[in-house]
Amino acid sequence: MSIDTAAAFDVTDYLRKQMMPHFLCPGCGHGMALRALLWAIHDLEIDKDALAVVSGIGCAGRLSAYIDANTFHVTHGRPIAYATGLALARPDLHVVVITGDGDCLAIGGNHLIHACRRNLKLTCLMLNNEVYGMTGGQVSPTTSQSRLTTTTPLGNAEPHFDACALATAAGAGFVGREVTRHVPKLKELIKAGLRHEGFAFIEILSDCTEIFGRKNEMGSSPEMMMRQKSELRPSAYRDTVDTPFRANDLPTGILARNDRPEYGAAYRSAAAAARNGAR
Amino acid sequence: MNVVSAMPAPAADVRLLSGNHACALAATAAGCRFFAGYPITPSSEIAERLSLELPKVDGVFVQMEDEIAAMAAVIGASMGGLKSMTATSGPGFSLKQENLGYAAGAEIPCVIVNVMRGGPSTGMPTRPSQADIMQARWGSHGDYPLIALAPASVREIYDETIRAFDLAELYRTPVVLLYDQVIAQLSETVALGAAHPRGRVERKWASGPAADYKPYAADGDAIPAMPLPGAGYRTHTTGLTHAEDGFPTQNPEAVTRNLSRLFSKLDGRRDAIDSWETIHCEDAEIVIVAIGISARAAMRAIEECRAKGVRAGLFRPVTLWPFPQAALREAAAKAKAVLVPEMNTGQLRLEVERVLAGAPVKGLNLFSGEAIAPAQIAASITALAKEVR
Repeated sequence: MSIDTAAAFDVTDYLRKQMMPHFLCPGCGHGMALRALLWAIHDLEIDKDALAVVSGIGCAGRLSAYIDANTFHVTHGRPIAYATGLALARPDLHVVVITGDGDCLAIGGNHLIHACRRNLKLTCLMLNNEVYGMTGGQVSPTTSQSRLTTTTPLGNAEPHFDACALATAAGAGFVGREVTRHVPKLKELIKAGLRHEGFAFIEILSDCTEIFGRKNEMGSSPEMMMRQKSELRPSAYRDTVDTPFRANDLPTGILARNDRPEYGAAYRSAAAAARNGAR
Repeated sequence: MNVVSAMPAPAADVRLLSGNHACALAATAAGCRFFAGYPITPSSEIAERLSLELPKVDGVFVQMEDEIAAMAAVIGASMGGLKSMTATSGPGFSLKQENLGYAAGAEIPCVIVNVMRGGPSTGMPTRPSQADIMQARWGSHGDYPLIALAPASVREIYDETIRAFDLAELYRTPVVLLYDQVIAQLSETVALGAAHPRGRVERKWASGPAADYKPYAADGDAIPAMPLPGAGYRTHTTGLTHAEDGFPTQNPEAVTRNLSRLFSKLDGRRDAIDSWETIHCEDAEIVIVAIGISARAAMRAIEECRAKGVRAGLFRPVTLWPFPQAALREAAAKAKAVLVPEMNTGQLRLEVERVLAGAPVKGLNLFSGEAIAPAQIAASITALAKEVR
């Protein structure tokens, strides 16, 4: 982690100023996730013209419009599928997907697991705020059990997904998790993801203070942030072997890595070999 | 039609091809360099053939995890600058509709092949139908224009696939290639090569200073120049209603202006988009309107009827949507009645009735999973001729 680069990094160099002010609610964690991404882009000296950001529908999906790059705001649940076409067509671009927990794990869950398996070079940031915020606060696949939402007025009876365990099981070459509380650490994780030659899945624990936090009386934005790694969002694969929900044990950082071949390069090299007369 | 007599003279480039294989070869000839698909009967041969052909021309084939992903990947690749296509059949065509609407709204060129099989639902995967005529036009939500082409022979599948790419690229619109299972899997001889048009159409790409560029501003031709990622424009593309600068807006005037332009883009080019074939319509008392294999059967029935003194003719839309209405009105101007044979309960007939409001229009509808036989059409022509004489 290099705090030094913070001085050189000016987030406004990477934002579309005409889109400001942004539309995120006060206290929302998504702005910090966006800052960490742009900081990582800056640190890696990725040319904005060579950066493509594909996002889905929801609060997270709206972030692409703020980034001064080639940005695509596509249909609900499908940003990974759009990005797959774009990245296969244009291996010269850095393709980043920004998606939310509902976009990525509910309506788009099939694309996530197959992207993990296929291992095309994409960097997928899933901003997990445990709720469908833009539509008014409905339960999502990552909402903790017993939480109140506008569609679980009696408390959520469903268990939640552990997205990182899911991505790991599906074979993702790079799996990581970080909280928005630690922006520099999150930036470093995103940098590692961007450098990975394959599909990189990064879960970012963000907070919906205005809707989810208020509904569940979770306190102010700083109070919610301080609990980001606590028992509120336990790891699914730990709670299968441990007594559930020990405080402050949610694993963060790089959680899984493998060196499966990158799909795009493997496809192109097989095609080139065929053109050259090899089998 | 007597298929044997219509065969071209043998030449070095004559091949025996099924409709689906002809479609795949035409795609690469047209410059298609990206295909994403999902296996579905009876269209899978297109994917199979392109998985072999595309690597030869430095293109990309990918089999996606589902039909929705395939459509999404095609749009993504097209946004990246490649001519792109997917192919599917009924259930898959239903699944693709939301993203097809995105392509229409965001004006992303792409070609979608829908090989029609019996429905509804899983229906009859190996049997033909023509029951997606209305879905091809109205399948996605909201108002949007698109182009649908309806070839009736293997050779025409080849030509119309190339034209589908040209129209998609020229006008920045999704183009649906709609044909039935019979001609998809029917093998006929096709002369490839110089006699056939080759796709040389290139998209209108943005050029000039990035500072002045607005991705949805169109000059007089109503077609905005598209930004190529990496070329310095750094624009935003969205399925939300957008202003000329590409960013979301709900300003009533901006929304109205953009959607009006979207429609005017095709409406203003009907001379270039409309296409059809007429056979013996000049003196026909009965005009048949049909597409695909039903039109082929009608050609044979017309010959038989004429031999018996019943003057029948054929109007065959090749561009199905937008419907070539002016041409149909002219072709049917002197007809006493119109017959619409189709493998559904009457979808094409609805459009014909709209275009020829007030004229006597009868349907011949077969939705058993069988193609309509020439004899069935001939019998209908004969009966209709007696009625109106």
